[in-house]
Amino acid sequence: MKRIILILFIIGCVVAAIGLVITRPQRLQADALSGLTPDADRGRLVYAAMGCASCHMAPGSDDPTRLPGGKSFVTDFGTFYAPNISTDPEHGIGDWTDEQIATAVLRGTSPDNQHYFPVFPYGSYMRGDPSDVADLIAYLRLLEPDQTPSRDHDVGFPFNIRASLGGWKLLFANPDWIVTGDLTEEQERGRLLVEAMGHCGECHTPRNILGGMNTNDWLAGAAIPGQKGRTPDLRAPSLDWSAADIVAYLKTGLTPEYDSAGGEMVDVIANTSQLPDSDLSAIAAYLLVVGAN
Amino acid sequence: MRKILIAGLAITGTAIGAIAYADNHISDAQKAAAVKARQAHMTLYAFNLGTLGGMAKEEIPYDAAAATAAADTIATLAQLPQSGYWLPGTDNGSMENTRALPAIWADGSDVGTKAGDLVTAATAMQTAAATDLDSLKAAMGPLGASCGGCHKGFRQPDE
Repeated sequence: MKRIILILFIIGCVVAAIGLVITRPQRLQADALSGLTPDADRGRLVYAAMGCASCHMAPGSDDPTRLPGGKSFVTDFGTFYAPNISTDPEHGIGDWTDEQIATAVLRGTSPDNQHYFPVFPYGSYMRGDPSDVADLIAYLRLLEPDQTPSRDHDVGFPFNIRASLGGWKLLFANPDWIVTGDLTEEQERGRLLVEAMGHCGECHTPRNILGGMNTNDWLAGAAIPGQKGRTPDLRAPSLDWSAADIVAYLKTGLTPEYDSAGGEMVDVIANTSQLPDSDLSAIAAYLLVVGAN
Repeated sequence: MRKILIAGLAITGTAIGAIAYADNHISDAQKAAAVKARQAHMTLYAFNLGTLGGMAKEEIPYDAAAATAAADTIATLAQLPQSGYWLPGTDNGSMENTRALPAIWADGSDVGTKAGDLVTAATAMQTAAATDLDSLKAAMGPLGASCGGCHKGFRQPDE
């Protein structure tokens, strides 16, 4: 009997060890950014497309170049606070290497090899392009430092066990595209902007009980965590907009009925309105494909 | 003397009563009418934005006179006194049929600043609408953004 318990205990330890190895934080390859020539001007557009400021600006701020963090995200798992990602070396990311920043964005892993909570939308960003992230980093390094300390998340047991996030990533963070099949070059550009950089699915796709996206209901609209109201379904026929309507909306925030964007979407429009028309048309072309499927 | 005292008390009482009435006795009918009036105000913005937006999207031909008329109307609407229908007690926590959040009336609310942003954007649109189609297109972004300025934090998202 004692022997059986000992064997079971050893098996349990081995399984746990294998689990921890499988779900350990992943980093980018050391040479992932080598050979790239970062362009900060392009990085400004990447920054807008990825919507960094919407979450990392001070609460209530309209200045997308100041990134002290502090905005709260009330969820079923606790309240998260966006951290300072300004160039301040102590409170921000000023002393991080390019590889550390890119690993955070594309793998959801911190410089000290911890998993980030998926409130940071790395599950979307990981579908992105390292060269875009290299441009982004060049732009981020031009922004003002801010000495506001980051606030600790208010997350209770068991969700505060960061090692368990490796399991979450294994289940729900997937670098594969959601929409596959024959796409035009423009539709592919739109897919990159929507599925990866713009991380639209993070708010517009419903989530399961563990907070993973139900990708079968991709962009079907979802409850807004911690608030009343829902984000709208972006699929036709629910969204009965032409490509020109979508482009105009992303540029001005005005719907075809000339109502305006509200809530969090106002900050999103502040970002998309900076993108070139070709990108907005690409987003529209992609969304019409999602609607047609 | 006694008569004067009674008269004085009566006047004081009436004054207090009038203030209390003004504060607490906005009838439900008045509140419902106020909500309707401000929603009608929004509808007028949308109608005139439709003219400008239709031209910006090239769904209807650019016409300087029609564009100017729409822009002028939006600028006029933005500067009309509206306190009569943004009454206290008409937020979405107190009434049905409105998405106006209590934050509008909260201490430190910057709703006045946001309303000023709309006036600025609408005034810029007056110039742009009269200039040419490219100017009109460029002014649509800031004008739409100024709508969002209030709808970001002062309007409940749709259910």
